[in-house]
Amino acid sequence: MSATVAVTTALQEKFPQVTPRASLDHEAVNVPAGEILAVLQFLRDDQAYDMLVDVTAIDWAEGVSPRFTVVYHLFSTTHHGYIRVAANCPDDEAPAVASICGLWAAANWHERETYDMFGIKFEGHPDLRRILMWDEYPHFPLRKDFPLAGIETPLPDADVVAETGTKAIAAPMVGGPFVAAPGEINLTEAEPRAKDESWNEGREKPTQR
Amino acid sequence: MATEFSFPDTAAVAEFETEKMSLSMGPSHPSTHGVLRLQLELDGEVVTKCDPVIGYLHRGDEKIAENMTYNQFVPYTDRLDYLAPLANNMAYAIAVEKLAKLEVPARCQAIRVLTAEMARISAHLLGLGAFGIDTGAWTVFMYAFTEREKLYKLFEELTGARFTTSYSRIGGLQRDVPEGWTGRVDAFCDQFLPILEEILALLTRNKIFMDRTVGVGTISKADAIAYGLTGPNLRGSGVGLDLRKDKPYSGYEQYEFDIPVGTKGDSYDRYLVRGEEMRQSVRIIKQVIAKFPGGPWYATDAKKIFAPSKDKILTSMEELIQNFMLVTEGPQMPPGEVYFEAENPKGALGFYVVSKGGGVPWRLKIRAPSFCNLSILPKVCVGNMVSDVVAILGSLDFVMGECDR
Repeated sequence: MSATVAVTTALQEKFPQVTPRASLDHEAVNVPAGEILAVLQFLRDDQAYDMLVDVTAIDWAEGVSPRFTVVYHLFSTTHHGYIRVAANCPDDEAPAVASICGLWAAANWHERETYDMFGIKFEGHPDLRRILMWDEYPHFPLRKDFPLAGIETPLPDADVVAETGTKAIAAPMVGGPFVAAPGEINLTEAEPRAKDESWNEGREKPTQR
Repeated sequence: MATEFSFPDTAAVAEFETEKMSLSMGPSHPSTHGVLRLQLELDGEVVTKCDPVIGYLHRGDEKIAENMTYNQFVPYTDRLDYLAPLANNMAYAIAVEKLAKLEVPARCQAIRVLTAEMARISAHLLGLGAFGIDTGAWTVFMYAFTEREKLYKLFEELTGARFTTSYSRIGGLQRDVPEGWTGRVDAFCDQFLPILEEILALLTRNKIFMDRTVGVGTISKADAIAYGLTGPNLRGSGVGLDLRKDKPYSGYEQYEFDIPVGTKGDSYDRYLVRGEEMRQSVRIIKQVIAKFPGGPWYATDAKKIFAPSKDKILTSMEELIQNFMLVTEGPQMPPGEVYFEAENPKGALGFYVVSKGGGVPWRLKIRAPSFCNLSILPKVCVGNMVSDVVAILGSLDFVMGECDR
């Protein structure tokens, strides 16, 4: 524990704006978005946190400010400690932070994924494309204002669209593991059943052909 | 007399310069183990550029997790690395238990370690079999699947399912081990060790296999760390990092086992590391069974987290209400955030849970080892032949269900 406390003190000596972050497990700090590159470089070079294990973001819901927090997890291959570094994006409408691709090659895909899911721009990223969704996809699925069922969206391939007329549709929620609005549909009818159970008190048994 | 040549003759080179070819490998290709697509740029048969296209299996697991209770998400963890669902179940359960500051009893920990190591053997066997096929050795696959089938029988007896086990619960397990089950696991280990030697002997000094893998897809120590590689791929590059040793969880510190480490970091080293890891897993399983602890198999003091036993629910009002609240509102968690990584067969599987209190996570990020391991492809494939790309993919041993989530 003493080693990890020393990290925060060392950080605060060098970067007075760094504040401790409430955490249930590892050492954690809040960092102003402008200093994220310098802080992570300091942690990598001076504190032996040489492995970037994860980059992600949290959306604190629409209307909350700051809305987006980018979270980095570092691990040390020598003293085997984790540290969590969080930075709030200054702009809620067009969130952006500096890319750390220059520090760790691993950041490339993690930042692409975070951009894909939250729409957070990583400035200076060499190749900030979507990674899980297709390039033309217009929404950011992990934002809190994106509905669980999805949003109807045209498919990326023009040829396929011209030939089949299909599109990515919102998922039917009824019958799934999620709670549907009560009274919306008769659940007895919505549930999949074997053929010979398709009749009940309310509906007659279909005549055999 | 002597004619003077200037070489390289730029005009001549320009005339004979070949056009680069682009090749789309996958998403449905036997060596891409699922739905990975590689957009390759080729100069003759040499790869000059590689752009992996992922996301074909993206199901939005993280979005789904934000909309259901902690226990409801357990089946979704089966479908991350679907070759080792028991290990995923355990990693997820421990992450959420850390959030609740809950310690599970020794018996529960031992069962989790036991099942996770069995899952490791099963996952490595498939990885080995598929790697064998990629490099032209069919027999290994047949041997490996015979053994996996025996493991699946044991999984089925324990959890009721062969593949999607959903065995962990927050604060415990789905059920205790059946009567005599540990004895049957022990018997499996005894007969498995000689067969494992036989399987490995098919490949380890096999000329064809060595020609395909030795020196192919070498990853340096520095690169492995910079790209965030974990698991056998990291250890194959000579970094002796294993979370079971370095950050012991679920009682791994009581068991003796070695961490195999490669020397060159090529495909062959990664194969050797996996082979040795299976031997070590057997060693751990034997130790767990030898000192299998008694006592409760779930956290008895966690009333708002773990469901009471069925007979109590049916006979006592208090427990009935408790069960009802657990099912409808989920296990109650304090606000806060945790990040937990477990050493899974493919590498470090991490869960970052952000809670605002209540039974549903505010944010659940899954750090998938296969995702990180694949991110090195653009670097490691360049300069290799197309057929070597197949060997490299086999040696990285990834699962797309986990990569795409």
